[in-house]
Amino acid sequence: MDYERLLCATGPYEGEILRSSDNKHPHKIAWIHCVGSRQVLPGGNSYCSAVCCTYTQKQVILTKDHDADAKCYIFHNDVRSYGKDFERFYQRAENLPGIQFIRSYVTIVKEDPVTKNVTIRYSTPDEGVKEEEFDMVVLSVGLNPPRNFKDLANRFGIELESHGFCKVNPFNPMETSRPGIFISGAFQGPLDIPESVFSASGAGSQIGELLNFRRGNLAKERIYPPEKDVLLEEPKVGVYVCHCGANIGRIVNVPSTVEYALTLPNVVHAEENLFICSSESAAMLAKDIRERGLNRVVVAACTPRTHEPLFRDTLREAGINQYYYEMANIREHCSWVHSREKEEATRKANDIIRMAVARACHLEALQEFDLPVDKRALVVGGGIAGMNCALSIANQEHEVYLVEKDTELGGMARKLHYTLEGLDVQAYLRDLIRKVYQHPLLHVYTNAAITEASGYVGNFVTRVESARGVAEIKHGATVIAIGADVYKPTEYLYGEDDRVMTSLELEEQIAGKEERVINAESLVMIQCVGCRNEDRNYCSRICCSQSVKNALKLKEINPGMDIYILFRDMRTYGFKEDYYREAAGKDVRFIRYEPQDKPGVESVREGGRSVLRVTVTDYVLGKKLELDADLIALAAAVVPSEGRKEVAGLFKVTLSPDEFFQEAHVKLRPVDFGAEGIFLCGLAHYPKLIPESISQAYGAAGRALTLLSHDTVTASGSVCEVDEDKCISCGACIMACTYGAIDFYETPQGRKARVNAVLCKGDGLCNTKCATGAISLKHYTDEELFSQIMAAADKDITQQSGAEA
Amino acid sequence: MSPGSKIKPKILGFVCNWCCYGGADLCGVSRFQYPPYIRLIRVMCSARVDMAHIFLALSTGQHGVFVGGCHLNDCHYITNGNYDAFGMVSICKKILGHIGVNPDRLRLEWVSAGEGIRFANIMNDFGAQIAKFGPLGQSEGIDEQVLKFRLEAAAKLVPYIRLVQTERMRVPVRTEEAYQKFFASDEFNRLFEETIAEKLSIGQIVALLQKEPLATPGISRALGLTPSEVSRFLISSSRQKLVRYDEGLKRYALA
Repeated sequence: MDYERLLCATGPYEGEILRSSDNKHPHKIAWIHCVGSRQVLPGGNSYCSAVCCTYTQKQVILTKDHDADAKCYIFHNDVRSYGKDFERFYQRAENLPGIQFIRSYVTIVKEDPVTKNVTIRYSTPDEGVKEEEFDMVVLSVGLNPPRNFKDLANRFGIELESHGFCKVNPFNPMETSRPGIFISGAFQGPLDIPESVFSASGAGSQIGELLNFRRGNLAKERIYPPEKDVLLEEPKVGVYVCHCGANIGRIVNVPSTVEYALTLPNVVHAEENLFICSSESAAMLAKDIRERGLNRVVVAACTPRTHEPLFRDTLREAGINQYYYEMANIREHCSWVHSREKEEATRKANDIIRMAVARACHLEALQEFDLPVDKRALVVGGGIAGMNCALSIANQEHEVYLVEKDTELGGMARKLHYTLEGLDVQAYLRDLIRKVYQHPLLHVYTNAAITEASGYVGNFVTRVESARGVAEIKHGATVIAIGADVYKPTEYLYGEDDRVMTSLELEEQIAGKEERVINAESLVMIQCVGCRNEDRNYCSRICCSQSVKNALKLKEINPGMDIYILFRDMRTYGFKEDYYREAAGKDVRFIRYEPQDKPGVESVREGGRSVLRVTVTDYVLGKKLELDADLIALAAAVVPSEGRKEVAGLFKVTLSPDEFFQEAHVKLRPVDFGAEGIFLCGLAHYPKLIPESISQAYGAAGRALTLLSHDTVTASGSVCEVDEDKCISCGACIMACTYGAIDFYETPQGRKARVNAVLCKGDGLCNTKCATGAISLKHYTDEELFSQIMAAADKDITQQSGAEA
Repeated sequence: MSPGSKIKPKILGFVCNWCCYGGADLCGVSRFQYPPYIRLIRVMCSARVDMAHIFLALSTGQHGVFVGGCHLNDCHYITNGNYDAFGMVSICKKILGHIGVNPDRLRLEWVSAGEGIRFANIMNDFGAQIAKFGPLGQSEGIDEQVLKFRLEAAAKLVPYIRLVQTERMRVPVRTEEAYQKFFASDEFNRLFEETIAEKLSIGQIVALLQKEPLATPGISRALGLTPSEVSRFLISSSRQKLVRYDEGLKRYALA
């Protein structure tokens, strides 16, 4: 965390990485993993903090950005890159020059009193124990429960678990021991950002289930005055230049920019303001617009990315179209970045204002439109994620259609029998399926196939063929929860020898109390089968826990069984670390192998019986081992669902490079798609454990409700339009638009392109493809952009047309 | 900076709202400093930036043009428009080179909304580079007016270039490797020569002859083409009935 501050521009050295002892740049930096985590020592935590491996890698990458010659050493135990895209991130860090990942425990020997350098002792496979000096050492310290956790728990009357985090329902990690109190985020235990976001939306949805009867009671509707039609008026521009306290005014000479603005064509009023974004200023601005009869407004202040909506609203309040507003960013793009050149900054501010005014004169009034929202939802996939999501939506009084391709609900969970914590999955599943079938608002379609999907946010139409016949379902929101499949191994004699099975098959046989499994003398589990390789460059996340779970179960039934787990990195993140430790304590033997030296499996006869002989190099002992096993269980990868491409194509959503579904933002919007009105949960997003799937399922329900609870959605006015006279129906625009917003239709003048404004997202791709200039993006027309370019050159746009004539 | 010693570089930037504009914002929030040469124009996607914008900017006195988008495969839109920006800028650079403008005056970069420092670094670097080039024509060793004239002629070809791009220069897969490979390939060079290059030269000849009839050496001087190239283009444009040889003037004129 201290290092994170050092990297930060607002940190102690304004983004420079310096040592506090002597303010020197460190060039050789060591990171030490698992400090205070995975330690059963006083002051340490037994669990894995789940986030540190990847944040260390981030720090290494940022360090290299700051100083390309920096030498970075990472002393680690298992590298737990179990999250979506984490494996690639790990490789990115590993492949940078001057980076070394060293698997070793370390001790800190001393700090040199003169050089302030730190000596670390560590072991290497080749050179034995070594001592090395570093300019700086960063400790990857783990996460603790919140400081006042006991007090908090007492006050709310909720229980804590043994580590001091909140005790939650193991199937529903947002539910505390007290009904009606939910938690989200890392109070559940160490958690990364996407999981925190799932649980925040998910807790929201569960609260929504309780409070649905009074939804909307506190909301008030805004009423705007009717819009004045200024189409035929000459542009009358008002320019308001903001001091932003001292942020702009200290650098840019604001009064002189106001004077300058008054000299520009069409500017009828200009003034300065200390804080134009204050509510008093907004009221003044609205009054000014009305009294002075302004029909264009330029605010020279900060970035439109944060403040444009505010000022657009002010224009609406004043009764003119909100698209007559333009922002001149003279703070982020001027005063803050040219703070040492006041005169130049003022000149640049003038230029930016001139460009904004020129553009403002060409702006057109655009209409946003309200689209009705169909209150029903469609959930694709009837596994644990799909069912939980559907139930949560239905519990908030929305009709839900749940579509499942199989004959029965349950998905992957049908093959699971118990969790790491020992819970009965089948009992949970039976109960869940019963709730789904009994819910009056939930309609289940099994043996179903989706044959057609069309529509847009708030108004989807999906055709489903199922045991119930063909149905055309209308719905406002869509949730994709199609799950994933299990890799079918081709390695390690799988499919050739029936003693080799996958972890899931092993689990089924344990649950079925199969003699040959529970009475086996020895069992070898091999991790990372079919992933973390060239074909599938990701970690399947759940397999390490799955293998530990099976090993513990077998040890419970048959304590004498020899169990070996051959792994690359044990990724039992979070509290799952405790079970890993328990397994090691129960004599389950963990042997690490390297990807370039995979274990070998052959069937041989030994002492008159047939055994599976596994050969593996043990890096701790430094020699090859031969293990004779009765059974082998392969931790087969979780692979993207077979139906992914079809579903992605139907609903026009995207797949990530690993072919799981691509969310809108990996960290911040992990249950949304880029396309509006479509949400995502469960294994379709990425491999995850049952509680994580459930968490995301509630999260998706929460996000769907933010849409379904409204009667309308607003679509932007900045969309494309076609000038049919110019359209030659070449189809270049249709080819460019993957949103499917443009199609041909027949007119008396022949085939012409037309834009469905609801589907158009306003990127303007088609605009630059059209050879005849027939299609254009409103609010970013060539005319508007040309006016800015001409104004940047301090030329009037009329001069350009003169030049072209 | 001592006043009046040097002409201050003028750079126009087109940046996408979602990534590069955000990067420039974060750069400000972080107070990373860069020289005050650039003025930014916000578009929603870098794919909205057009060659016509770049030609107009350079012909109206900008010394350099910057285009900033999201990192490849991180586009805000499912259209992955930044690949189109990649293609447009690649062709545009080629055209600039063809008409004698230093292609390095145009720069395309990917900056995410989280990369304030990267934006500042690029601005510092590009600013210094453009300062070295000076105003249009200076680093090229060609008269500024001539270059502006050529840019205006190129701008007129934009509709045709769009057609060629759509019909003949589509990269089948949206990966960085595929785009880089295609725009560095002989195939692309061949297509460019066959389609855009010839039209460009003819277009420029026509634009030149609009002002006054000229003989081959005059045309060759004005456009920086060899006399044999000029003859070749004159023959083909005569055939297309764009120009004619005026026996009386002993010069070529518009048909």
